[in-house]
Amino acid sequence: MLHMKDVSKVFRTEMVETHALRRLTLEIRDTEFVAVTGPSGSGKSTFLNIAGLLEELTGGEYRLDGVDVSRLDDRQRSRLRNEKIGFVFQSFNLIPDLDLFDNVDVPLRYRGFTSGERRRRIEAALEQVGLRSRTRHYPAELSGGQQQRVAIARAIAGAPKLLLADEPTGNLDSQMAREIMQLLEGLNAQGTLVVMVTHDPEIAGRAQRNIHLVDGVAADLDRGPSLIAPGTAAARPTA
Amino acid sequence: MTAVFGYYLELAGRSLRRHVVLTALMIATIGFGVGASMTTLTVLHVLSRDPIPGKSHELYYVQLDPRKAGGAAPDEEPESQLTRADAEALLRAGRADRQAMMVGGNAAVEPVTEGAASSALPASMVDARWTSADLFAMFEVPFAAGGGWTAEDDARAARVVVITRALAEKLFGAVAVTGRTVRVNGIAMRIVGVIDRWSVSPHFYDLTVGAYGIDEQLFAPFSTSRALQFGRSGDMNCWAYASDLEAVGAPCTWIQLWVELGSQPRAAAYHDFLVQYSEDERKAGRFERPPNVRLRDVTAWLDHKQIVPDEVHLQIAIAFGFLAVCLINTVGLLLTKFLRRSAEIGVRRALGASRRSIFLQLLVEAGMIGVAGGVLGLGLAWLGLWAVRHQPTSYAELARLDLPMLAATVALAVASSLCAGLLPAWRGCHLPPAIQLKSQ
Repeated sequence: MLHMKDVSKVFRTEMVETHALRRLTLEIRDTEFVAVTGPSGSGKSTFLNIAGLLEELTGGEYRLDGVDVSRLDDRQRSRLRNEKIGFVFQSFNLIPDLDLFDNVDVPLRYRGFTSGERRRRIEAALEQVGLRSRTRHYPAELSGGQQQRVAIARAIAGAPKLLLADEPTGNLDSQMAREIMQLLEGLNAQGTLVVMVTHDPEIAGRAQRNIHLVDGVAADLDRGPSLIAPGTAAARPTA
Repeated sequence: MTAVFGYYLELAGRSLRRHVVLTALMIATIGFGVGASMTTLTVLHVLSRDPIPGKSHELYYVQLDPRKAGGAAPDEEPESQLTRADAEALLRAGRADRQAMMVGGNAAVEPVTEGAASSALPASMVDARWTSADLFAMFEVPFAAGGGWTAEDDARAARVVVITRALAEKLFGAVAVTGRTVRVNGIAMRIVGVIDRWSVSPHFYDLTVGAYGIDEQLFAPFSTSRALQFGRSGDMNCWAYASDLEAVGAPCTWIQLWVELGSQPRAAAYHDFLVQYSEDERKAGRFERPPNVRLRDVTAWLDHKQIVPDEVHLQIAIAFGFLAVCLINTVGLLLTKFLRRSAEIGVRRALGASRRSIFLQLLVEAGMIGVAGGVLGLGLAWLGLWAVRHQPTSYAELARLDLPMLAATVALAVASSLCAGLLPAWRGCHLPPAIQLKSQ
């Protein structure tokens, strides 16, 4: 599903050149639940942005569901992102002046579904996260955990193959974090590939696989050194 | 595509309602700029419109150059009017489909009541035109009663007049007054026709009496006006002494001659005729200069005379400068508004919106501001034109919005706001989504 080979990302300014990812090579299969860990500045967010087609890579090859994304223009990348990827953010990123229905509707609008189809998917997604009865509420009227569930509903309404979660429990208390993790695990059990960036070792421990990034290079802690990019720093456990 | 556009409209509506003050400020900015521009543009539009649509390319104004040889310059414009001798000779030649010579005048007019020794009404001074029979057909003058006089009336200097509906109602309280008599400068003349509502603006056929606000109410044969020595108005240019400046042989130009020529070949042939006429007159010793003729249609004549006052051009320049300042302000306001929504833009990009989608969404929002600004601009233009109508200018009464200018106002507003929205929308759609998402 997600195949990266020698992927690098360099941020350049007039004075500084920062290597966020260095020849990252990894492969993630369709139904995995992967946690990406690492210290601040290790390249986790850059990895997630490149995986989510929000940033272009500087070098290497990235194939998403068999498609070489480096050859796509903005429109094709946007369509691929819309159809294949769902996003869950740490700070939920709901649009405050849209109610829950309209927030979940956003990706479906860009997909070009009919009004009826959109309604069916929105109601099903909100049902799945337990918020079916609150479709006309606004984000500000919900708790943090409920907002994150709406964000998950928005991410899954289009039935993406890949769910990218950036610190999805980072702004939640432990009870709510557990609920969100149960939701993500449930989605994974239904066949959705989940890639989750987290600082929390307990949360990371619930994933099937853990990729640890340090200075833009990766160590696949659960699969041995074969997928570790050459010339990388030593990997270490996230606990 | 319609559904997507509808979605963008919906989002634009929400966004505009969210920041009411900012929205009102932008609408007001566009509205004032458009209102000022459309006020001045409308004035220009009415001042420069075709006064006789459908015939403006068939009616031609004749110019010859009968002046003395001294002081002639190469490519010099010929005299802008004709001498009486030339006008009458060309009229007699009858080489055009129709032709009419004319001059402005004014007259004291009063009705003659059957059986009464004197008129019940005092004499009124009205603007008049001394002309020849073809004028009414050439200028497609509509009649409420009767019609124009005939060429025979011209030939025998008949005491006939054509008056306007307004004058007929004023003098007789009725429109069907053909056959009745009015006194023109004390001379009894028979009414042969009553002109229905007819206004020509600009007053193309005689700009020497003014281009706008001319209200001629009485028409009589030129020959009659000379026989009765009615007063004339308008410019006169003489290049030698004459005891009677209006006599046939006087070296003075003061008469307009219009001819109707139904096709370009006919116009070319008439031009050749004028050249030959000038050459013949030079050989006869009456003209001293080589043939120097002009034959311009209505549009070309008005362009040549540059009838729109300079002040109008200046006002337009100022108004559009003001619009430009308004647009620059709107660009700034839209930039602020769109960049403040960078987080939302980032989310939409992450959820599948392409740059193009974001660009169109933001542009639709700018366009919606333009429509609202256009409505406000219409109101302000209407107010502005009302103010123009209360100015002491000859064209004041003409300053009214018509349908094309109404549509142009909205179009200008939308086009302006779209122009103002281009840069902000471009900047908005190029915001890097990853950074916006992280910054939330």
